[in-house]
Amino acid sequence: MDYTASQKGFRQQPNVRLRNSSTDGFDGSQLFEDTSRSGSQTTPFRNQQSAPHDAGFSGQAILTDPMSNLAMAYGSSLASQGKEIMDKNLDRFIPISKLKYYFAVDTVYVGKKLGLLVFPYMHENWEVSYQQDTPVAPRFDVNAPDLYIPTMGFITYVLVAGLALGTQNRFSPELLGVQASSALVWLIMEVLAVLLSLYLVTINTDLTTIDLLAFSGYKYVGMIVGVVAGLMFGRPAYYLSLLWCCAAIFVFMIRTLRLKLLSEAAAEGRLVRGARNQLRMYLTMSIAAAQPVFMYWLTYHLIR
Amino acid sequence: MAFTLYSLIQTAILCTNAIAVLHEERFLSKRSGLDQGVSGFGDDPGIKAQVLNLIRSVRTVMRVPLIIVNSASIVLLLLFG
Repeated sequence: MDYTASQKGFRQQPNVRLRNSSTDGFDGSQLFEDTSRSGSQTTPFRNQQSAPHDAGFSGQAILTDPMSNLAMAYGSSLASQGKEIMDKNLDRFIPISKLKYYFAVDTVYVGKKLGLLVFPYMHENWEVSYQQDTPVAPRFDVNAPDLYIPTMGFITYVLVAGLALGTQNRFSPELLGVQASSALVWLIMEVLAVLLSLYLVTINTDLTTIDLLAFSGYKYVGMIVGVVAGLMFGRPAYYLSLLWCCAAIFVFMIRTLRLKLLSEAAAEGRLVRGARNQLRMYLTMSIAAAQPVFMYWLTYHLIR
Repeated sequence: MAFTLYSLIQTAILCTNAIAVLHEERFLSKRSGLDQGVSGFGDDPGIKAQVLNLIRSVRTVMRVPLIIVNSASIVLLLLFG
């Protein structure tokens, strides 16, 4: 009887998950699929299985001892209290809920975005789609910035740098840390410089600091492609692939930032005179031009 | 160029100190051009006014933390070289 009931519960799960994913597709405000319901439905089944086992072990009196029950209950309540305090305090310094948005990606998005970063010339619509004033999660819009690719790109860059140094017998484990902190410092300085220049030119944009961090992190993809090509095929391949990726990231940045930084009229391509619009154009161009410079600066010492 | 996070902290402390030691009377007031133009509510304050605003606000905000950070770094550098 018990078995059939849990079996029915088990069979109900795929429907529940399907319903969840369809609302996810419509709703969009849900960043991640809710797998908690399916998880809680499997655990009663497992508990029923484990309970007869425990009663079977008559030698194990520890779980039936009321004192240890009390200790377990107290310990778990203490743990949950500590977790609550940690979450509350951490949320004040690092906005975790905002960060979750940038990591709501899936494989299709990552594939399309990587393709865009290397070949942005055919893509036509660069606007980020919104859903009632909040930007749509990156999973549903290929133009939205994310932090997954920059983070993975950074880590891969450090590893590939170690690999490149190793093939030239210049490797030591401290160098990995040096490369990582060096690249991180350059990234921070670039983001601060962009923030400062955005403040000085008084551009009112909805670009957040994390967006700028994401855009500055996209160049790691091109750097990795260049270094790997240089490792496999020698210096000419490194220069060629770096040139291609520099041009690609230049076009990508210009087309993405154009919609965010320039005024409406200028973004559509009409020629708008005026000192401010010119300044904005120069700012967009210099942000985009800084990317190839950094890409070369951070990789040329790896290929000798 | 091997930058470390420590050198970034050093740079930040030195730059903030440099901004904090600028003299208000002799230097900053002379640079602000026409003060009425600076404090207007127009939507285009101009780069010079923005820079001066930034310098003034950094000085106001970072005065006390800079004292603390400078004292701490002096003590640490004396102790640990």
